[in-house]
Amino acid sequence: MPSARSSMLDRAPSQGTQPDESKPRPVEFRGAGFTPSAGRYSGWIALALVIALWQLAGSAGWVNPLFLPPPSAIAIAMYKLAMSGALWQHVSASVIRIGSGWVLGTVAGVIVGFGIGLSTLARGVGITFISALFPIPKIALLPLLILWLGIGEEPKIATIALGVFFSTAISVYSGVDAVPRNLIRMAQSFNVPFHAIVIRVIWPGALPSILAGFRITASVALLLVVSAEMIGAQFGIGAFVLQAGNLMQTDQLLAGVVILSLFGLAVGKLINMLEARLLHWR
Amino acid sequence: MEANVEFPLAHTALDAAARRAAVDDALRRTGLSEFCGAYPKQLSGGMRQRVGIARALAVRPAILLMDEPLSALDSQTRELLMEDFIRLLADGAMGAVYVTHNLEEAVRIADRIVVLSRRPGRVREVVTIPMTRDERGGIDARGKLLSLQNELWSLIREEAIDAEREVQHA
Repeated sequence: MPSARSSMLDRAPSQGTQPDESKPRPVEFRGAGFTPSAGRYSGWIALALVIALWQLAGSAGWVNPLFLPPPSAIAIAMYKLAMSGALWQHVSASVIRIGSGWVLGTVAGVIVGFGIGLSTLARGVGITFISALFPIPKIALLPLLILWLGIGEEPKIATIALGVFFSTAISVYSGVDAVPRNLIRMAQSFNVPFHAIVIRVIWPGALPSILAGFRITASVALLLVVSAEMIGAQFGIGAFVLQAGNLMQTDQLLAGVVILSLFGLAVGKLINMLEARLLHWR
Repeated sequence: MEANVEFPLAHTALDAAARRAAVDDALRRTGLSEFCGAYPKQLSGGMRQRVGIARALAVRPAILLMDEPLSALDSQTRELLMEDFIRLLADGAMGAVYVTHNLEEAVRIADRIVVLSRRPGRVREVVTIPMTRDERGGIDARGKLLSLQNELWSLIREEAIDAEREVQHA
């Protein structure tokens, strides 16, 4: 209401400091809270501007294209990769590793998380081990896992599974802990059997936290797959990025990075869809 | 919401038709029939409380235990739900143990009021209301109910003061 405010200011000098008591004074609503909402286009416009500026810097020769190749060069590199078929080879190798590692870690994490959330014994034992093992950067275990499982896909998948497992277990058991006790008591007082309470009360109650955990574990999996592939792999986005770096092919390197970003975005969207589907009752 | 009311029945021996009938009956008695498909987030506080009551009614209990069922509601919803309770108890098919701090609820709903002392929670007095619930609806009953309410208050006032002091110290 800027107009109301300015009109008040206009008449202020003629009436001195005395406010006009006879008329209701319009007051601007101040208690809206801070509610920033992402505009529909502002993000895209900003992104386009940055890319345009980057392109301009490259085309005008302000930066050495070896150190920062322009977006057009990256796009061309991606196009060539896609045409030669190498892109799919790398992407599919990474996706298979992420997929199998993530699924293994998530299944185990959900089971252990529910165990910790529901059983006193499992809680005592599980929390001790998880607290001790969670802080280990899982990539440090890769050499050991290679010794155990041999050179090949298994140690990479196991590394990802381990990284995913601990985060999942933690988010699942904190989700189970956060289910309102009143709801569980209600079910118990109606003599609802244990398995039905778990499936129909605790599972939906813990689901928001579990899905939030998925968001974290997806990025953990992406991080670990790239690190594992950089340590030793023939194919995979991580191996590709490292190789491109060693050959000073920065356009290819950044093409790999862009693919990682797109992959992360796609997974994020997938989880958004899952949340919209499964949590529509909220 | 229907699923919420049906939830405790899902693991009983009842078949689907019998469950359906019990749910419909419970929803009708709590005046919720038209909100069948709604989610809890779409219901007001009073309606959510009614869903809880409907869920309890669906198992056809002989006795209903209600622990401060109205304490979290605004005064108009409280009034409406109190009328609901009176209606629900009217046919005498179901008894209820109703825990409350509100004396007006006590004198309007109860047949017998058990006044409990503060910790360790002994029975101080059992007061029988000398009117049927129907009689209490009339205007001339107001005065009697009010004097009953005052009588009850005099029984617990000292303890309420002590309880308040204790809370302040804690």
